[in-house]
Amino acid sequence: MKTLRDTWIVFLRYLGLFVHNPAWIVIGVVQPLLYLLLFAPLLKSIAAAPGFPPGGAYNVFVPGLLIQLGMFGAVSVGFSLIAELRLGVIERLRVTPVSRLSLLLGRALRDILNLLIQSLLLILVSLPFGLNIHPVGLLVMLALLALIALLFASLSYAVALWLRSEDAFAPLVFTAALPLLLLSGVLLPLTLAPAWLRAIAAINPLAYAVDATRAIFNNHLGSVSVAKGVLIVAVLAFLALAVAARSFGRAAA
Amino acid sequence: MDSSASERSHTESAMIETNGLRYSYKTRRGPVEAVAGVNLRVAAGDLFGFLGPNGAGKTTTLRMLATLLPPDDGEATVAGCNLRREPQQVRERIGYVGQRGGTDPAITGRNELMFQARLYGAPAETARKRAAELLTVLDLEVCADRPTGSYSGGQRRRLDIGLGLVHRPRLLFLDEPTTGLDPQSRAYLWDEVRRLRDGGTTIFLTTHYLEEADALCNRLAIIDHGKIVAEGTPDELKRQIAGDVVTLGVAGDQQAVLALLAQQPFVRNSGTEQGLLRLYVDRGETAMPAILRLLDGAGLELQTVTLTRPSLDNVFLRQTGRSLRETAA
Repeated sequence: MKTLRDTWIVFLRYLGLFVHNPAWIVIGVVQPLLYLLLFAPLLKSIAAAPGFPPGGAYNVFVPGLLIQLGMFGAVSVGFSLIAELRLGVIERLRVTPVSRLSLLLGRALRDILNLLIQSLLLILVSLPFGLNIHPVGLLVMLALLALIALLFASLSYAVALWLRSEDAFAPLVFTAALPLLLLSGVLLPLTLAPAWLRAIAAINPLAYAVDATRAIFNNHLGSVSVAKGVLIVAVLAFLALAVAARSFGRAAA
Repeated sequence: MDSSASERSHTESAMIETNGLRYSYKTRRGPVEAVAGVNLRVAAGDLFGFLGPNGAGKTTTLRMLATLLPPDDGEATVAGCNLRREPQQVRERIGYVGQRGGTDPAITGRNELMFQARLYGAPAETARKRAAELLTVLDLEVCADRPTGSYSGGQRRRLDIGLGLVHRPRLLFLDEPTTGLDPQSRAYLWDEVRRLRDGGTTIFLTTHYLEEADALCNRLAIIDHGKIVAEGTPDELKRQIAGDVVTLGVAGDQQAVLALLAQQPFVRNSGTEQGLLRLYVDRGETAMPAILRLLDGAGLELQTVTLTRPSLDNVFLRQTGRSLRETAA
């Protein structure tokens, strides 16, 4: 009960901060639209290539774009935390009786909400281009995206609490994120990849998330890859949440 | 009643009591002992000053007492609760104002206070009232609805202290509250701290400014290399370490005067310096009349006499081998 209340209070603070900074909202909206308008048209011509999965260019591309949006949006949330560490905000919060889990969860929920709004927008804009998705599929999709955002935001906060410096944080996080992304089949489907690349991708949890989203967008909601993707991401997200909440409890210096 | 009730009555008059508190930072080259067995006792109602050079273990001790760092070893009771076993209860009872304050430059002072009050469990309406109350008390109404990024140094510091007071704690920790403030803001803050003490709040503050410790605190402790090297009232400390200095200018035979005075029990040490006699005595105010009587009785003529009190800086220098001013970078 206390955790729920604390989470809500922390969530409102960070939502307020976000709403008061229109730059972030504009960046968040413009970025996916650029991908959609400047990159997606290229896919039209290669959709006919051998090995390209079925479902039409947008149904193949948009799911990957959503995952990428979620991941890169979430891994960078740690930046704001480092600024707050420097200002002493985190120390001030940790001296209060507020639940440590809430300190993390309140912020992460704000990040999730932000991402879901961007994703919905992207999906809506893609509809006229020929994207189609079942309403139930859309709900499953948003749930999966929320879990992805929770996973990467938690990791980002944990790393920020550990490194405490933007100079160390940026290279580490983006160096770690890029191979995860490339090996997930986000940009182009892994069905096009040589066998060795596919073998490495098999240990990338994000690849399962991408598989799941593609299945959802192909109206294969009952497919085993949907359950597998959601389950893998959910387990990892809760592990990351536990680790990051612990970091909030122990953050020294 | 919870399990700590008996402990609470047991340590009734002590707001802070520590026994062998230790903390080591883990570095690549192995552990570095920052706090090496600290024993402290702060009574309820004290305005307690904690002094020490940078890296002496001052802030580390403070952070342990405020539940921010778990001690490696030792016991502590803070505001009646066991620091190790009941950190949550300690948090509910203490206020803490860190060196950096911890306000967000994009959030207004009023919203920061309301948020803080809600973190301590206050319902929205109560939080709103408490915030308004503190804004009035701390003279922050003019900037209450501006983002804190636009505040002056003094305004921000007052807001920081307000954040530490939203839940009316019985014990308030202030980590270098006046560092970087202009003299006027400092004076204002001193008044504020005294008002809090008069209202019954126990205050534990660290400072680099000896005159601040001297002016505000009724008890002091000096920490160096992770250990308490001196503790007492400001007067006790000054006396214990340096004694008072009586400087005499005599017309006639200096050696005769010196011989007479050096054998007196209240004179600790003596010497001549640039034609003047310097006596280190226990209590200058009682030694002076005695000296005058002795010289009169012996028919020796005195030209000048001055009494100098040791400053806390002398105390600090003697205890730590460093002047606090040099280290207060």
